[in-house]
Amino acid sequence: MPDSTALNTLQDTASVPSTKPLSPMELAVRRFRKHRMAMFGLGLLLLLVLYVSVGGLLSQGYCTPLDQNVRGEDWANCNDTSLKLQPPSGGHIFGTDVIGRDIFARTVYGGQISLLIGVSAAIVEVLLGALIGALAAYYGGWVDSLLMRFTEAMLNIPSLFLLIIGARFFGRGLPSFNFFGRELTGGVVVIIVIIGATSWMYLARIVRANVLSLRERDYVSAARALGASDRRIIFTHLLPNTTAPLIVSATLGVANAILAEAYVSFLGLGVQGATATWGNMLDGAYQYLETAPWLWFFPGTLILLTVLGINFVGDGLRDALDPYSERHV
Amino acid sequence: MTNYIIRRLAQAIPQLFLISVILFALMQAFGDPIATLGGRIPPRPEDRERLRRQLGLDQPVYKQYITWLIGNDWTKIDMDGDGVPETPGKRRGVLRGDWGNSLVTRQPVLEMIGNRLPNTLLLMLTAEFVIILSSIFIGLYSALRPYSWIDNLLTGLSFVGYSMPVFWLALMLMYIFAVNFRRWGLPYLPTVGMFDPAVGKTPGELIKHMILPVATLAIISTAGYSRFVRSSVLEVLGQDYVRTARAKGLRAMKVVFRHALPNAALPFITIIGLDIPILLAGAVVTERIFAWPGMGRLFIDHTERSDFPMLMGILMLISMAVVIFQIITDVVYSIVDPRIRLH
Repeated sequence: MPDSTALNTLQDTASVPSTKPLSPMELAVRRFRKHRMAMFGLGLLLLLVLYVSVGGLLSQGYCTPLDQNVRGEDWANCNDTSLKLQPPSGGHIFGTDVIGRDIFARTVYGGQISLLIGVSAAIVEVLLGALIGALAAYYGGWVDSLLMRFTEAMLNIPSLFLLIIGARFFGRGLPSFNFFGRELTGGVVVIIVIIGATSWMYLARIVRANVLSLRERDYVSAARALGASDRRIIFTHLLPNTTAPLIVSATLGVANAILAEAYVSFLGLGVQGATATWGNMLDGAYQYLETAPWLWFFPGTLILLTVLGINFVGDGLRDALDPYSERHV
Repeated sequence: MTNYIIRRLAQAIPQLFLISVILFALMQAFGDPIATLGGRIPPRPEDRERLRRQLGLDQPVYKQYITWLIGNDWTKIDMDGDGVPETPGKRRGVLRGDWGNSLVTRQPVLEMIGNRLPNTLLLMLTAEFVIILSSIFIGLYSALRPYSWIDNLLTGLSFVGYSMPVFWLALMLMYIFAVNFRRWGLPYLPTVGMFDPAVGKTPGELIKHMILPVATLAIISTAGYSRFVRSSVLEVLGQDYVRTARAKGLRAMKVVFRHALPNAALPFITIIGLDIPILLAGAVVTERIFAWPGMGRLFIDHTERSDFPMLMGILMLISMAVVIFQIITDVVYSIVDPRIRLH
């Protein structure tokens, strides 16, 4: 009977040990790995992470003012004024700065701080943006209009100005603290908070738009009918479904935060004190445009490479997580 | 249309009011403006108190804000510190056109901004012009050869372009075209200021001094915009009406310039309109590096001295520009694209 053969073939194909269907996550990983620029960016970032971590092992030398051999961060902070503004050479491969510190060692330890600032500021940004966007969309009404008017007002003040004011507003004077064995000045926290607090607005709007549409879905009504609290609905049903734009924005947020730190530092309002960052190594370096270009070239190039790597990865993530999204770069 | 514009302007007013409140609140913990006023000679404590009263800094914040917004010329203020108000107030407030005086120079804020604004606008508008032309050219060029090696090269370069910190690019350009060109005996470009004092204020000098700052601003923005133009041209080229235009035998050039480009330019208008005020702000770093006497440098200089009437003035003007450009963009968009209806 033709019918039964057709059925048999169907059953046969079904019984053939087929490959397991890929989960959305596996599909995303697969799309990401096919994205050549994103893989290049990822490689670049891995190299940079290697640079700021393993570079510490290469950071050592004889510190004349202390009259002993030092290694690690002590070498990065060892200022031998008799060696100030030395061009790159065997002893100091990236040269020395205005007070005779080794620029290579400072880019290594400054890089750790810059990456820390970038990642933490992006986390602050995502937390604020997701929370404000979700609250506005979920509760609607006056909460929504209040939060969104505030968001719009913040958006209409150019962010660099907000950053500069923020940097002045919070000032200095926070105590130093210990972070993974490194002594950091309080200025690092200040700059993280300021950058995060001045960059959440776009994210809030994206999250709000997403949650507005998700809020009306049946599964949310079902959760509400089962008696789930608002908090549970927001944090376990709504926000996890907006992770794709969150991840992409957070990634690009890291790049923007690193740039923001550099701009604020460049204008002399960034992290002060001995703690090096890629940004504050550039503070005042432009006065040596002609006489000591290595002062700004190395930290500036490292910032460029990091931001470039992150932008490549962010672009790949956007394509991988949301294949239908319009690609605009 | 008129109704729409009026309604948008009416919506802008509470928004600007909110912005001014946020900014004024931020200004408060800005540090004591008096502390930095005296210059090298620290003022005596009693002078300090008098100055504080004169400037109205002894008043509670909300009163300071009201004075800033609508003035205090209907009341009397206590100038001599005996608790009895005797001197009539002179401030008329922002709403009546009095933006206050700079704490540093004692000159009217609007006048000082007015002196700097043309310099910033000259730089910005020139840069914007270069940006629009070059990003349309580059974007169109890569869209017409998608995924060719030259398109891929331009994509890579554009990523590098907008990943560049402004100051890094500025310093590199200065290092190459000013420092090294001079070293190699080539004609080199000046790096700082608007004019060479030795030559005087000639248009030729101005152009020479503008090349590097304009290039800095233009390269970074062009990198992002050209990608945008490329993707919108690519999208339009896939539309039915482009296929129809090709099918009826129109020349390729005519298809692109008559049918594709005008449609692809629509979203571009939005981006440009919304970004112009941002570009105004982006000049802070550029103006600082190239010692360009514009508004950005004015802002930085007066931030260091906690000159809050000045900072409020600059920030409110820029925020107003942002809001107004949003309205202009929407209106222009509805004119060039009849499918858009303004509600």
